Amino acid sequence: MTELSLHGLTKRFGSFTAVDGVSIDIPDGSFVCLLGPSGCGKTTLLRLLAGLEEPSAGRISVDGEDVTGTPAHLRGFGMVFQSLALFPHLTVAENVAYPLSIRGTPRDECRRRADELLSLVQLEGMGGRRIHQLSGGQRQRVAIARGLAIEPRLFLLDEPLSALDANLREHMQVELRQLQQRLGVTTVVVTHDQKEALTMADIVIVMDKGRVQQVGAPMEVYRDPANAFVAGFIGTSNLLPCELGEGEITVSGRRIALDPGDRVKARPGEAVLSVRPEDIRLSADGLPGKISFVRDLGESVQVLVEHEGHEITALYAPGARPEVAVGETVGVEFVPGTRVVLPA
Amino acid sequence: MSARADRPTPGWLAAIPAAWLAVFFLVPFAIMLGVSFAHRVPGGFYEPGFELDSYARFLSPFFGRILLTSVALSAGAAAICVALAFPFTVILARMGGRAQTLVLVALLAVLSLSEVIIGFSLSTLLSKTAGVGNFFAWLGLIEESRAYTPSLFALMTGLCYLALPYAVLVLYPPVSRLDPELGEAARIMGATPLRAFWTVTVPMLRAPLFGAAILVFVFTLGVYLLPQVLGQPAHWTLSVHITDQAIFQSNLPFAAAMAVLLLLVSLAMVGITLLLGRAR
Ligand SMILES: Nc1ncnc2c1ncn2[C@@H]1O[C@H](COP(=O)(O)OP(=O)(O)O)[C@@H](O)[C@H]1O
Ligand SMILES: [Mg+2]
Repeated sequence: MTELSLHGLTKRFGSFTAVDGVSIDIPDGSFVCLLGPSGCGKTTLLRLLAGLEEPSAGRISVDGEDVTGTPAHLRGFGMVFQSLALFPHLTVAENVAYPLSIRGTPRDECRRRADELLSLVQLEGMGGRRIHQLSGGQRQRVAIARGLAIEPRLFLLDEPLSALDANLREHMQVELRQLQQRLGVTTVVVTHDQKEALTMADIVIVMDKGRVQQVGAPMEVYRDPANAFVAGFIGTSNLLPCELGEGEITVSGRRIALDPGDRVKARPGEAVLSVRPEDIRLSADGLPGKISFVRDLGESVQVLVEHEGHEITALYAPGARPEVAVGETVGVEFVPGTRVVLPA
Repeated sequence: MSARADRPTPGWLAAIPAAWLAVFFLVPFAIMLGVSFAHRVPGGFYEPGFELDSYARFLSPFFGRILLTSVALSAGAAAICVALAFPFTVILARMGGRAQTLVLVALLAVLSLSEVIIGFSLSTLLSKTAGVGNFFAWLGLIEESRAYTPSLFALMTGLCYLALPYAVLVLYPPVSRLDPELGEAARIMGATPLRAFWTVTVPMLRAPLFGAAILVFVFTLGVYLLPQVLGQPAHWTLSVHITDQAIFQSNLPFAAAMAVLLLLVSLAMVGITLLLGRAR
């Protein structure tokens, strides 16, 4: 039931603008990933949502109700901090039941609900332990259970998995997503890891320098980046300067006719061509380049080609490995229909 | 060079502090203990002996009142100092780095003031002729200037002035290490800022708060000048009476016995702290 709307949300620290005019509408039950490089304002935006920071301008509304001036403790949200912020002086069960006991829930009910939540995150029987007796992954789950204790209108998580090792992180990504789908709670997760965002999100919000760069479904953002920043940040993209003309582009003096499937986001003139590594073909024709490295990763083969000071990455399935050797001269072609021309 | 640095610290180095402790602490204490059992010669000094007369005087109601006064004054100072130092330290820890340094330096400067300076300054400040009474009268708050000393208020002010910096210095490290996100997490979970303070900040700092209180208690137990300068005779503590007996009544055995008792009370407090620390 939670529809989240942000209108021109801005946060300035002195003369520095950490969050700059963010306007988004998020439908009920969505899993949203706030994605961007470190320092781009993700945490600040999340803290604005939580009510821990006061916006310099703009509005936040939930279900059409303006909550901009509502203090944090009256918003009824759940949050998992990057540091987890678990209470070391309380047991696991007391931590999980804290939001309930603060609201005056009777002791028995608190205990029953804590057990329920702990089994939801697969920590049955751990309620009596202290926080320092748990592993990193278990603490993570306690923080998630605590955030969900009051069935929040909005569930906020700040880089919740960043402290876990790679295997556990991937496992928890899937688990978190499944949990969210089961409960249907509108969730906003901050991450700087694009794979994590693509794994979990219904909606990805890409941020840079305090501004929203693109909002969309994961594959939309991946396939159809709005600008060069998004293309470069999500997955690997080959970005080459080009000149956009009428139905064609010119790259390093070579004209390439555009296909109806190609996406043009730029105005005629200087632009940036963006092509994914899997959409690069090596042949006799195309832009001349020299093979600089072949990286055989088992599941795929990466071929790096040097072209006029730019490094172009081509990706092949192991079976389709091209017969090339380092130092060889090849032609680089872009599969028609996969090319994206972005503003310079 | 490196060969010398690799050599382990010689064990005999430990003998230096040990000898220091023995000469300047254990030996005087042994002498004091011996004197406390000595026989008093009225109007004279004392002669060696072993008798419990001095300790027997502890059983009088008069002495009970002195002990109670001492403990009550120190406990009061401990409570007031912690009550003031805790919010002060919480606010201090939230200030900018520069402001924090300034406040801490000012606090350390207060530490350099002796009991004597604090006692006589306050005594002047609270006096009738030169004190704040004149200021209040000038403001029209009171009819004419009056003295605020000697009084329990003046004495408590002096004790707290003396001990507050210690309480702050004990609380500062744990308070500044406390993660502010813990309080924020509590607020998001529905706690008002005040509720978050009581349910998260205070319980997490229980041990340092208790430690600060014990430190102030033990520290003020030994204060002997302030009660005489700022307090009434009813506020004379065990320490004052020790001075009085030793210097003015020439009753060294009784003074020594009281000093032994004072040491035992202090040790008991420290023992309680250690026990509570271990239970955690
Ligand atoms: N309380 C603050 N005072 C001043 N600057 C801040 C404050 N909080 C964050 N910033 C600045 O805002 C920018 C964004 O920070 P943050 O939201 O934490 O980024 P992210 O979470 O994306 O890494 C950073 O440059 C940071 O230095
Ligand atoms: Mg952050």
